[in-house]
Amino acid sequence: MSYLKIDHVDKTFQRGATSTPVLKDISLEIEKGQYVSVIGHSGCGKSTLLNIIAGLTPITAGAVLLEGKEVRDPGPERAVVFQNHSLLPWLTVYDNVALAVNKVFGGRKSKAERHDWIMHNLDLVQMGHAKDKRPAEISGGMKQRVGIARGLSMEPKILLLDEPFGALDALTRAHLQDSIMQIHATLGNTMIMITHDVDEAVLLSDRIVMMTNGPSARIGEVLDVRLARPRKRLDLVSDRTYIAAREAVLKFLYERHRFVEAA
Amino acid sequence: MGRAVLKEVETGATVVALPGAKPGVVPLPAPARKPISSRLLPGLRAVLVNVLPPLVTVALIALFWQIAASGPQSSLPPPTKIWEEAKDLIVEPFYWAGSQDIGLGWRILVSLQRVAIGFSLAAIVGVLLGALVGQSVWAMRGLDPIFQVLRTVPPLAWLPLSLAAFRDSQPSAIFVIFITAIWPVIINTAVGIRNIPQDYRNVAQVLRLNQVEFFFKIMVPSAAPYIFTGLRIGVGLSWLAIVAAEMLTGGVGIGFFIWDAWNSSRLSDIIVALIYIGVVGFVLDRLVALTGSIVTRGTLTN
Repeated sequence: MSYLKIDHVDKTFQRGATSTPVLKDISLEIEKGQYVSVIGHSGCGKSTLLNIIAGLTPITAGAVLLEGKEVRDPGPERAVVFQNHSLLPWLTVYDNVALAVNKVFGGRKSKAERHDWIMHNLDLVQMGHAKDKRPAEISGGMKQRVGIARGLSMEPKILLLDEPFGALDALTRAHLQDSIMQIHATLGNTMIMITHDVDEAVLLSDRIVMMTNGPSARIGEVLDVRLARPRKRLDLVSDRTYIAAREAVLKFLYERHRFVEAA
Repeated sequence: MGRAVLKEVETGATVVALPGAKPGVVPLPAPARKPISSRLLPGLRAVLVNVLPPLVTVALIALFWQIAASGPQSSLPPPTKIWEEAKDLIVEPFYWAGSQDIGLGWRILVSLQRVAIGFSLAAIVGVLLGALVGQSVWAMRGLDPIFQVLRTVPPLAWLPLSLAAFRDSQPSAIFVIFITAIWPVIINTAVGIRNIPQDYRNVAQVLRLNQVEFFFKIMVPSAAPYIFTGLRIGVGLSWLAIVAAEMLTGGVGIGFFIWDAWNSSRLSDIIVALIYIGVVGFVLDRLVALTGSIVTRGTLTN
């Protein structure tokens, strides 16, 4: 039995009398510890898919099963790293993570243990030094690091990342990609990441799920990226498997399922 | 000319290491501390720039008033006469010479106490009702039209009804404050809560915060800037209402003092009381604004 099973999921948005089919017959199985990327053009419903797994968006038909149990509502075992970090601006970096840790581990860990766990997670993303800063006082990349620390601190079964590096500049993005690879190697988390960056998908993922254009988007292809870990971005530039994987994704996105501009 | 400058820049750009000179940081001589007068001067200047213009305006108004009210048929007293007649009220706000012969400071405190009770109740009930209306579409549909109608009722129109209900002037005055201040608090809180970004709601959902945790950890801090706007309007309205209410209910407050002074033709006392009321209202407004800016520090910037 697979760790996460997405079983024939349909999603249709209803607004008044008009209904818009967004996702059609999505089926996917993800093993424990896998890093899976979902890639597709904007508007294809990949964020909707992530929200469905998170439980934030109700399903029209089908089911999502985590360890055989149906997912119906959001919960900390499926932590989300939001695209725009979604840190609470009135709380310090430390308190943002503490909000999650105190809620999830309030009954199970002592105060000192929780403090250590918060600091451990902040150190994991190299943000321990900024624990007393507020989100407005740190850079975009740092905010996203704290967002990741908050997600990890819930000790989720699956970490869901919604275009986590989309709003960052290229250098910061590369830096954070290295960090997330490191964390994945250390903790062995199962992670699902939404992205529209082909290089990012190939670099980070064990599998790349390519989605067709909406409405009624489907899973077009699933590509296994058979690259050894740890991966080094510079070594991969000339690596044949890397180039082939990159080409496969690019061809899918720009040849067979080119983005059609809505009139 | 341009060429010459360019040349100079070019030659200046090449750094020649002097023989024997160690590369490193050359300590600059510590700048001498400026004399205290020149350091204080900018601060003093800022104070003068802000304080001087209103002082000049007040002086001009007083002068104009003095001239205008000095005639023998003038119905209002000029500033000099006010000073003569009401000096004790101005210089000694906290004297106590019997139950009705007390300083304006005491009267203001009595009025402030009523405002404090009525306004605190309005703040608590207003935030809770505002949260309900902001959070639930059905609560909004059901309650919002009623709020919109009731909030246009002038404060004093509630007084006879509350006198009938409470059969006592003290709770009636407090009720008038309450009912005056509550509407802006409700409406602003509701708007603030409707404006909570979906992201924060998602965070709360992923963490499975319960209703109480969501209220205190997400709703109130997120809507705090709006709530404080409502509170600020509310405290201003309460202060407007208490003076009017006290004129009718009697007792010790500043409102009744004005009414009493009118009945005994002490115009100077009325004018002094008006200035007291204005200053206290200003301070109240600033206090709420200050509290708001401290509490919502960080909330507005993201």
